[in-house]
Amino acid sequence: MKRTRSQKSEVRSQKKAGAGLLSSVFCLLSSACRRFHTRNLAWIFLALLFLAALFSDRIAGASYAHQFRDFPSAPISWRFLLGTDALGRDRLARLLAATRISLLLAPAAAVFSTALATLIGGLAGYRGGLIDRIAVRAIDLMLSLPWIFLLIAARALLPLNVSPAVSVLITFALLGALGWAGPARVIRAGVRDMRSSDFLLQARACGCRGFRLLLRQLAPNLKPVLLAQFWTAIPLFILSEANLGLLGLGVSDPLPSWGNLLRELETDLAFNPGIVACLALMLAVLGCFRVVTEQKTEVRIQKSEDRSQNNSLRGRPLII
Amino acid sequence: MSALKHYAHLLVSLAVTVLIGGFLTAALVRLSPGFGVDEHSLDPTRDVAGMQARQAARPEQRGFLAYSLRHTAAMFRGDLGVSRNWNRPVTDLLRERWPVTAQLMGVGILGGWALALAFALPAAIFPNRIWNAVAAGLSGLLLCVPSAALALLIFVYAGPVRAVVALAVFPRIFQYLQNVLSHAAAEPHVMAARARGISPGRILLWHILPVAAPQVLALAGVSVSMAFGAAVAVEVVCDFPGIGQLAWKAALARDLPLLVTLTMLVTLATQMANAVAGMVSGERGEVGA
Repeated sequence: MKRTRSQKSEVRSQKKAGAGLLSSVFCLLSSACRRFHTRNLAWIFLALLFLAALFSDRIAGASYAHQFRDFPSAPISWRFLLGTDALGRDRLARLLAATRISLLLAPAAAVFSTALATLIGGLAGYRGGLIDRIAVRAIDLMLSLPWIFLLIAARALLPLNVSPAVSVLITFALLGALGWAGPARVIRAGVRDMRSSDFLLQARACGCRGFRLLLRQLAPNLKPVLLAQFWTAIPLFILSEANLGLLGLGVSDPLPSWGNLLRELETDLAFNPGIVACLALMLAVLGCFRVVTEQKTEVRIQKSEDRSQNNSLRGRPLII
Repeated sequence: MSALKHYAHLLVSLAVTVLIGGFLTAALVRLSPGFGVDEHSLDPTRDVAGMQARQAARPEQRGFLAYSLRHTAAMFRGDLGVSRNWNRPVTDLLRERWPVTAQLMGVGILGGWALALAFALPAAIFPNRIWNAVAAGLSGLLLCVPSAALALLIFVYAGPVRAVVALAVFPRIFQYLQNVLSHAAAEPHVMAARARGISPGRILLWHILPVAAPQVLALAGVSVSMAFGAAVAVEVVCDFPGIGQLAWKAALARDLPLLVTLTMLVTLATQMANAVAGMVSGERGEVGA
């Protein structure tokens, strides 16, 4: 049976459409797989590293503060996988302990700074007027000072001759206390957008006021923004701690931190695999956080957009 | 008239921000532990009564509010006070050190922008997956290295230390620049220009850059703050006698007059840069519209 020219062109166009559809589905699937793999690999790496850091003494076979006095500045060996420092302390144990500090305290500082930003940005955005103007001025002031200058000035003005444990807490508390300005600006903008939304109008009409409105209505809708700010703050705080440690204002000895470990570069000028390992681990962790942050932000923003569309169409069920 | 009002409002808000910054720094320094402790008091050969009299005679010991007001008024007259740590007028210290920081920041900002433009512009004109991956990888890598560690590494391996500020500024600018340019390149008028066969260089100059210009200029203002942050780390690590190192030493020594002046100057410089960039980008935006 012979096909006419029009039938042939129709079949060709159907094939083209099918191929186009197939290729777009393939593209979507491959992109989804790639994203899934990258994100999951990042999560798996971070989880394994966190576990290793939690059991650092068992893995390294020694405490981060233990001195092997017969082996100062020992090279890499089966006994000391990353060698020892000038005081004979196992570099692997110190690296894992530093990782534990960063992976535990940077998220804690990020929670603190996001909470502070939510309070300030939320109040400023919701109340407006004088409170908003004061908050905006404070945000402008904090953002106009270079981050490292602000950190150095504030850290140096706090007690320096304190125990190592207190120095860790001071460092990360300071990061949390000073890192609220950027997130507060974003949260304020988010709250201002929501102020005139249907679901808030409905809530107000039902008698929901003040903090109750902020906590029960605004906060759940701000969750995507808050999570994005939280995930963005973690790598920033890890980097800032390393910078402070390198400038001698971070965590004090014998507690290790990534900044302290990198500081060995000042005294140990030769190529040192232990320091390179520290730098490589830091790059890997920050890279993983970047992957996680980017994808979390994308997903959350998408969800937030979907929810805001739904809210505008149907109205959000009230939780008063 | 409305423009005049806008500029007056801008100036007033700038002055208020700078004053609040100075006042808060002064309060923080005044309340910090160890403030006002004279190292001569550790010398047992000194007369105790004389030491106490000297301590009480210090202007910052008399009353915090009065001291702050007097210091601010003196600043408006051009007297920035005397550094306790260096025992020299703050004006002299700043005059000696600002060229080092200005040079470091100038090289850093120009280098950072040159690198960012070198990677972002080709990506906007000829989108290429490999080029994008290389640029994203490089900027991502540099973003994950603390600027102090970068300075130390380059210093240890005898590299060009002045390039550190550029390497610290580049990734932060590149990411934003690439987003702005790629959005501008995807505008319908750019696609129409491409379809009409206009050359890529012409598309970039006449169709992409004018659209992206306001945001790019706003970014230029922010890059001053980024460069100063990186310059502080470089000056401290590599022992460059600049303003960043001065700030670090002033903070460590709790040198109130120096730290207050530096905070006010840094706030003023970054706010001015942002304001100028905002004004220029606003005018560009109006022209574009």
